[in-house]
Amino acid sequence: MKGILKIAYKLLVNDKGKFAALLVGITFAVFLMVMMTSMFSGILHRSSATVLNVGAKIWVMDPAVNTPANSIPMPDYVLDAVRSINGVKYAVPLYYGGALVKLRSGIYQYVTVLGLDDSSLYGRPELIEGKIDDIYAENAFVVVKDAEFPKLGNPKVGTEFELNDHRGVIVGIAKVTTSGLFGVPTLYTTYNRAIQYIPSMRYTAAFILVDPKSIDAVPYIKQQVAKLGYEALTKDEFIQKTSTFYKYQTGVGTNVLIMTVISFIVGLSISGQTFYTFILENLEKFGALKAIGAKGKELVFMILFQATFTSLTGYGLGIGLASLMITVARLRLPSYAARVAYTNLVFAFVMVVIIAGLSCYIGVRKVLKIEPFDIFRG
Amino acid sequence: MARMAVKADELIKWFGEGEARTYAVRGVSFDAFFGEMLYIEGPSGSGKTTLLSLISGILRPNSGSVQVEDQDIWNMTGDEIADFRLNKVGFVFQDYHLFPRLTTVENVAIPLILKRRDWNESINKAMEYLDIVGIKDRAYLPPVKLSGGEQQRVAIARAIASGPDILVFDEPTASLDGDTGRRIVDFVKKNILNENRCIIIVTHDSRIFEYADRIMKMEDGRIIGVEKGGLREE
Repeated sequence: MKGILKIAYKLLVNDKGKFAALLVGITFAVFLMVMMTSMFSGILHRSSATVLNVGAKIWVMDPAVNTPANSIPMPDYVLDAVRSINGVKYAVPLYYGGALVKLRSGIYQYVTVLGLDDSSLYGRPELIEGKIDDIYAENAFVVVKDAEFPKLGNPKVGTEFELNDHRGVIVGIAKVTTSGLFGVPTLYTTYNRAIQYIPSMRYTAAFILVDPKSIDAVPYIKQQVAKLGYEALTKDEFIQKTSTFYKYQTGVGTNVLIMTVISFIVGLSISGQTFYTFILENLEKFGALKAIGAKGKELVFMILFQATFTSLTGYGLGIGLASLMITVARLRLPSYAARVAYTNLVFAFVMVVIIAGLSCYIGVRKVLKIEPFDIFRG
Repeated sequence: MARMAVKADELIKWFGEGEARTYAVRGVSFDAFFGEMLYIEGPSGSGKTTLLSLISGILRPNSGSVQVEDQDIWNMTGDEIADFRLNKVGFVFQDYHLFPRLTTVENVAIPLILKRRDWNESINKAMEYLDIVGIKDRAYLPPVKLSGGEQQRVAIARAIASGPDILVFDEPTASLDGDTGRRIVDFVKKNILNENRCIIIVTHDSRIFEYADRIMKMEDGRIIGVEKGGLREE
């Protein structure tokens, strides 16, 4: 069979024009599919940046909250009620809000401010400069060094700014798992300073972060929180809820889905049509092979091999091209939200297998139908 | 007495059904022998190519039988008949049907590769056959770079590569000029035909009748006469 596959390989790659057209079709389709799904994956990942960076195991929130960015503050008694639930090791408030800061240069910049519980600093980021204890100093803020960091003028420890007519000082520079979605820098401070400096509504706790005594306590905690009229979600559930919101309740998911389907159709059309033409042009030769003594299954193997080889090569090229594109884009735009996840690769692979399968099916049908007698008859 | 290579008995083949039914071969019986060069001659539409297909395991007859070396080929399964074609019959098609994307030697090696021989071994063996047909120096060229006569020789080399007992040629001189056609058939008679091989040629080219041992004349799907070859009727 090895020799037969070698013939199939030579018939395929020696027809340089057709082979190039096949590769371009599949590469282009994979490139588009991976780009679209990677951008979507990047958006989803970043939309849950706060959840990932803070890292609390359970998040208590108003049931109407869909994403960390659209929090609805809760009254203080909820914090006390949650603390009193059996199975809760500790519960702390988290402030989440936006503010305008005025830089030394006079430029205004919108920022996200996270206010951590004063006593525990639960959810604090890892510092790469400065000491976390300094966050208790007067006007102290910690800045996150991510893709948005330069928008604050690349501040250093000691850099000052104004926030709502209050003086602010950078006391530490932190790193986080992922940047936020909306392209704004992030500042951390204490909960009390946050509500003191930033104009707030009557209630101020955007989320209550809970650490359960054990995993087994989670269902009970969720149940008790629900009785209070609020919702307790595990970290993964909150990420999933955010993801679901962007997928199904905004235009983002639909648009990405449409683009992915279009790229699949484009890839299928180009590859399917080119492969079909390739088979048609070689139909007489396949008929001659049949006349000489090739069995139907050997011809099927040849076509399967040709389709598989083309698809896998195109898949590799498409993935490579998409990765290169994302890398180049990130060099120019550090906040570029695209992320090649394994699920994207698996999704594109499945799509490519479908393209190869359909192309192959058309070719196989044609080749199995050809009668050696047709070759004799000319 | 020469051994019998092919025995066709009351072969009937029709195409279409009902009023559209057309008989291509109507009750043809004949024998072909090893060491013989048998021509099937007749005008276009007389059923020559259909008859050739029936006896070489390419087209199943509606009735009748074909025995090759005492084996009824139309009692075989699909895979068995494919193996029969691969091992017992060598085909030289009218349009050669060489693969333009393969080199000449790779084209010749195809039957050997289909017989699951190792690639390098097949190529080496194919080189020997190219040497036999006298175009070894063209081995690594694609067939499109060869002349019509050379392509015909490649097709012959491919046909004999599997060591078949029966060689069938469909209009071997149709795409060649008179001299080249005669040279090719002369070459086949002198170098390819032997006492263990039977060659059956479908043609209506009277210029090559002189090389035939027997000429079977067909008309309207029937054999209307068998002549001894070597004589030109015109």
